[in-house]
Amino acid sequence: MNWATLNLMPALPELFLLSAVLVLLVIDMLLDDERRGVLYGLSLATLAGCAAMQYLAWTPVPVETFQKMFVADPLSGVIKFFLYGVTAAVLIYTRQYVADRQMFKGEYFTLTLFALLGMNVMVSASHFMTLYIGLELLSLALYALIALRRDSVPATEAAMKYFVLGALASGLLLYGMSMVYGATGSLDIATIARVIASGNGNTVLLVFGLVFLVAGLCFKLGAVPFHMWVPDVYQGAPTAITLMIGSAPKLAAFVFLTRILGQGMEALLSQWQGMLMIVAVLSMALGNLTAIVQTNIKRMLAYSTISHMGFLLVGFLTGNAEGMSSAMYYAIIYVLMSLAAFGVLLALSRAGFECEKVADLKGLNQRNSWYAFLMLLAMFSMAGIPPLAGFYAKFAVIRAAANAGMVPLAVFAVLMSLIGAFYYLRVVKAMYFDDAEEDAAIEVRADMRLVLSLNGLALLALGVLPQQLVALCMTAVKQSLTSL
Amino acid sequence: MSFTTVVFYILSAILLLAAFRVITAKNPVHAALFLVLSFFTASGLWMLLESEFLAISLVLVYVGAVMVLFLFVVMMLDIDIEKLREGFWKNFPLAGTIAIIMAGEMALILGSPEAGLHTYPARAPLSADFSNVRELGVLMYTRYMYATELASVVLLLAIVAAIALTQRQRKDSKAMNVSEQVAVRAVDRVRIVKMAAAPVDTAATDEDQPQA
Repeated sequence: MNWATLNLMPALPELFLLSAVLVLLVIDMLLDDERRGVLYGLSLATLAGCAAMQYLAWTPVPVETFQKMFVADPLSGVIKFFLYGVTAAVLIYTRQYVADRQMFKGEYFTLTLFALLGMNVMVSASHFMTLYIGLELLSLALYALIALRRDSVPATEAAMKYFVLGALASGLLLYGMSMVYGATGSLDIATIARVIASGNGNTVLLVFGLVFLVAGLCFKLGAVPFHMWVPDVYQGAPTAITLMIGSAPKLAAFVFLTRILGQGMEALLSQWQGMLMIVAVLSMALGNLTAIVQTNIKRMLAYSTISHMGFLLVGFLTGNAEGMSSAMYYAIIYVLMSLAAFGVLLALSRAGFECEKVADLKGLNQRNSWYAFLMLLAMFSMAGIPPLAGFYAKFAVIRAAANAGMVPLAVFAVLMSLIGAFYYLRVVKAMYFDDAEEDAAIEVRADMRLVLSLNGLALLALGVLPQQLVALCMTAVKQSLTSL
Repeated sequence: MSFTTVVFYILSAILLLAAFRVITAKNPVHAALFLVLSFFTASGLWMLLESEFLAISLVLVYVGAVMVLFLFVVMMLDIDIEKLREGFWKNFPLAGTIAIIMAGEMALILGSPEAGLHTYPARAPLSADFSNVRELGVLMYTRYMYATELASVVLLLAIVAAIALTQRQRKDSKAMNVSEQVAVRAVDRVRIVKMAAAPVDTAATDEDQPQA
């Protein structure tokens, strides 16, 4: 290899992002506290630049570079566009919140962009090593972000739990990868797929490694029985960071799952299908049933995340193009819903007050009917009530499962989404039918008001007209996973 | 059983024992020393695989630098480790049982003839002029350049995160800012008031009184 043959074009967005982070680190040193807002603007400009680079680097067919360790394909392209958008929304939603809580420091922005870089690397990895390094880059940045508020005991505890369990999950993942390496002699995903398909791999070792890979992946997704960290971290972390953990990383985790199981271990479908089915059923059941008794809305949304990951797996485990693309659609819609729900919670929080209880939303309609309506859209969408986007997402994964001949699983998923509707509706009841217990003014920056409104209305628009996004997901999956 | 196999099992046994003692030792200094022992035996295992460079760097970096720093911190801090681990022995029986069952299952799978571990050929010994360092360097800077660069980004992130988490103004800190002290001028500290040496008359004292 020499520099002349090194094609940097597919990795253009990542290179730009990394350079921008380095520049931001230096600029941060030159700024005093009053002018820290410059970093906010520069971070948003960086994200816009990344999206522009992504547009330039767009490719309709998979292109590999860096000695086949990096791949740019439609799947990674589409997901990266959403990653930039979601990260921008997170920064806009959390600006006032972090400023009120002494977290408005340069590190807040650089760590967030580092996390984004880690997700980008994960999404574009075609080698187990880069998959793992991307994951660590993301996780390390998130651990630090959770603990950024040093004086908060729950946040430190949440960071500690996330760190210890995350390290354990990484250990499981690495052990599984080493077993797969032993069986196939390669860490390159395409080579692994080829060796397994040719039947030359050691099947016992492969399945042995697969068990650990699935366990590690479920840890990262937060699916039962590897979900213990999710409620504690969601509740303990500052709401701004909870929003960050609960949004973009789920998209990256979906691609992570697709790269390892869908691309690398595609020939072992019959093996991982059963494992994921158990995980999906348990996640939907435990997530929805436990969420009913929660009074803390962050904890409730954490259990709801667990159940959503179960639904995502229902689509994914069919292993065909329809199921995978429905899971991708579900991941995107889930992220939009959780952005909207946490966005409203952030809008209602102010200096010295955290909006964390379901009771804090009481009578929101009297205080501000627009935010109550946006929360209503998010809750109805999560519950899967037509015509919102969450309905179509659930419909797509359940249809994919039924078409793949898994009717009992599909029926179970429908039942669980009915149970789930209860606790989402409880939030709506608190907002519309209870009397307000306080009348503090809701002050929200204009940029957040605009983006949050667009976010809520997107849930409605994508529910009425889902075809474009569904078709986009289908094309991305079909073009990227060539074996399907 | 060849000599290297015997050495491998001895080193593995020491490694497992040391790792177990790291989490069960009551004294944090002992735990840190057991961690040193486990790193050391792990580097012995690498030596058996003829990866001398990795073995030496493990000792140099982890034992020489990281663990010495760690021991230093452990000795400096006054942590009541027993209080931190109150729940440890309560949960130990359950956790231990699960761990033993899992390890037993893994041993059964990997030890069974179907696992086919015996079909893997023994590793051919490397020639005397084989250089670990050169091979590693060539791979790292050509084939795995992307991964190496990413690892450097992870290190940079670790620096940023560590500074973000530790650097802050403590309210209870009594440390003095030396540069501020050096730059201090007399006018900042002492206020010289000119006043008459004569006894003060009553009218002047009235003026000094706070106005009602």
